[in-house]
Amino acid sequence: MTGTSGSPVLEVDDLAVQFTRRGEQPTRAVDGVSFSVAPGETIGLVGESGCGKSVTSLAIMGLLPQRGVQVTGSVRLDGTELLGAGPRTLRTLRGKDMAMVFQDPLSSLNPTVTVGTQVTEVLAEHRDMTGRAAQDEATELLDRVGIPDPRRRLGEYPHQLSGGMRQRALIAMALACSPRLLIADEPTTALDVTIQAQILELLRELVQGSGTALVMITHDLGVVAGLCDRVHVMYAGRVIETADRRPLFATPRHPYTGGLLGSVPRLDTGRGTPLTPIRGSARDTIPWSQGCAFAPRCDNAEDDCLTEVSGSTVPLEADGLRRELRCRHPLHATPAAAGAPAGATAASSAGASAGSPSTGSSSWSSSEGQQS
Amino acid sequence: MTVTTPRPGAGRRDRIDELAARAGQLSDGDGGESLLRSAVRRLRRNPVAILGAVIVVAFLLVALFAPLLAPRDPYAQSLLSEVRQGSIPGSRDGYLLGVDQLGRDVLSRLLYGSRQSLLIGVVSTVLGAVLGMALGILAGGLGGKVDTVVMRFVDILLSIPGLLMAISISVLLGASQLSLMIAIAVTQVPVFARLLRGSMLVQRDSDYALAARALGVRRRRIVFGHVLPNSLSPVIVQATLSLATAIIEAAALSFLGLGDPDISRPEWGAMLASAQSVLSIRPELAIYPALCIIVVALGFTLLGEALREALDPKFRR
Ligand SMILES: Nc1ncnc2c1ncn2[C@@H]1O[C@H](COP(=O)(O)OP(=O)(O)OP(=O)(O)O)[C@@H](O)[C@H]1O
Ligand code: SF4
Ligand SMILES: [Mg+2]
Repeated sequence: MTGTSGSPVLEVDDLAVQFTRRGEQPTRAVDGVSFSVAPGETIGLVGESGCGKSVTSLAIMGLLPQRGVQVTGSVRLDGTELLGAGPRTLRTLRGKDMAMVFQDPLSSLNPTVTVGTQVTEVLAEHRDMTGRAAQDEATELLDRVGIPDPRRRLGEYPHQLSGGMRQRALIAMALACSPRLLIADEPTTALDVTIQAQILELLRELVQGSGTALVMITHDLGVVAGLCDRVHVMYAGRVIETADRRPLFATPRHPYTGGLLGSVPRLDTGRGTPLTPIRGSARDTIPWSQGCAFAPRCDNAEDDCLTEVSGSTVPLEADGLRRELRCRHPLHATPAAAGAPAGATAASSAGASAGSPSTGSSSWSSSEGQQS
Repeated sequence: MTVTTPRPGAGRRDRIDELAARAGQLSDGDGGESLLRSAVRRLRRNPVAILGAVIVVAFLLVALFAPLLAPRDPYAQSLLSEVRQGSIPGSRDGYLLGVDQLGRDVLSRLLYGSRQSLLIGVVSTVLGAVLGMALGILAGGLGGKVDTVVMRFVDILLSIPGLLMAISISVLLGASQLSLMIAIAVTQVPVFARLLRGSMLVQRDSDYALAARALGVRRRRIVFGHVLPNSLSPVIVQATLSLATAIIEAAALSFLGLGDPDISRPEWGAMLASAQSVLSIRPELAIYPALCIIVVALGFTLLGEALREALDPKFRR
């Protein structure tokens, strides 16, 4: 679907998640999302809070609650269908073939159990390692993610570690079995800016060369610029624009993507130039069945954004250049006219990528040049 | 009865659920300090906690060292010859609190009585906690239909007032110390079950449980290795409070003649009961054991409430 060569590690096809609460209208948190990730590839899932990024990742991992949730579509890991697979099958895949790193490293670790126990637990579960061998391997794993004095750290409790070290420990656990797929759900949001850069760099190093496919969930475009090969922008449960990183930053075509880029301060624009945040909030939305969900906040909106054309409201269409777009009146109708957003790094992203040589430069496009 | 005994029915359930839910926020942690250490620190600053702890420690010491502390043999009817119709010897040299209607030293009997209270309180609370926790783990760990069935049963038990149930069971099992302990334990079972289950449900939804599931850790391990240890703090609080309830219930049952058939054994409830017949002559004989019961129960209650506060993230500074 995304045109990646080679057989993909993860293929998500028309994934939809619907929550049904008693006495409430069912809500579609994820609505027909499709993407795939090749071995060694890093994709970004980007969007505002509440757009369905986490629900998408939990659906892939089979971690959504059983009750009150309907998941449809298809999720294939190395060709094996995961939706509808039994709990035992899923459990053996989790941690071994697919793993996940969460946003808050403190709450993701059990406060009453030592770090060592939590690391060796994974080794016992998937690699049949116990006792000394597990201890040694755990030490090795912590060492590999850059935790100093790993043997001592194994005996410590999570609260004795710094935020960055906790996230490193969690990454070590996630990568303990060299999974084929790693999903990182905003892994740096809860961390200090300088630590963010280190963690991203670590993820990049670990994933590079190992052939692990990485799904990076974030709302920070700096993270995307530093890390992702391909980007899927989500809005209200749907993918609204998909493109390779470079063209996406150079010429965002969806007004929402453009808004995301425009609401971020750049170094190369004058100090007086006002930022242009997206109007309204994520709550100002309409159901996709009635038209474009972004319409209430969109400057380009016209009447046909809210009507059905040939049986569908605003479909996701491919342009033949590895870009897909869900918009009736996109930005940059002629790509040549689109020089503007080739700007520089966001304040947050500048910090986030400070430690990463690939993004330390002053503009999106040159940062890409360096990295590729 | 007292502040420690939750009223039957909905109020009681709500209280348990609130305790469970609040404790659930515990593991959110406060970054630097360990949960235990900060709880201890706050306990030591709390005068209520200190008062409770002093009472409880004193009670424990008295119970442990009663044979050393008691000035006389609690069974010896040493002043029986001086007991007359309408007059029982009061305080005098060597008999600080006087004697009872059988001429036995009241102080010694009170000191020895603490042992019965402690024994019954601890055994019945431990028994009730173990059984209740087993049910709680079953419900909270497995969920689904097991949870529904177990909790239905537990809620029925909860809806029966504790003392009423204890009396019924004691009557059924016949008066003995063991049946007394079983009866009190049974009244504790639903409290612990509901509390632990509620607390486990909160922990099961926690980030670290999700993270462990994302790593493919099996359910048994998550339940026993992660969820359960984090769900125990409200149980510890409840156990402290339950000791108070158990001591009161034990006294009440003995008072009603449902305790140890050997009525010569010093026991506060039984002492209270036998003092009834001489209430008009020596009301102190009833007042002393009653005071003991109240003070000890109060001590455990204060300590329990202080513990709850110390472990409650809402009161964190
Ligand atoms: N268990 C649930 N029951 C009902 N609705 C839910 C549930 N979990 C998530 N949702 C809804 O699904 C939508 C998407 O949530 P999701 O957590 O995926 O957002 P997100 O993109 O990860 O946002 P954030 O950046 O804040 O993490 C939200 O509107 C949320 O209200
Ligand atoms: S479809 Fe219309 S409303 Fe939606 S983003 Fe495009 S122009 Fe705006
Ligand atoms: Mg999220």
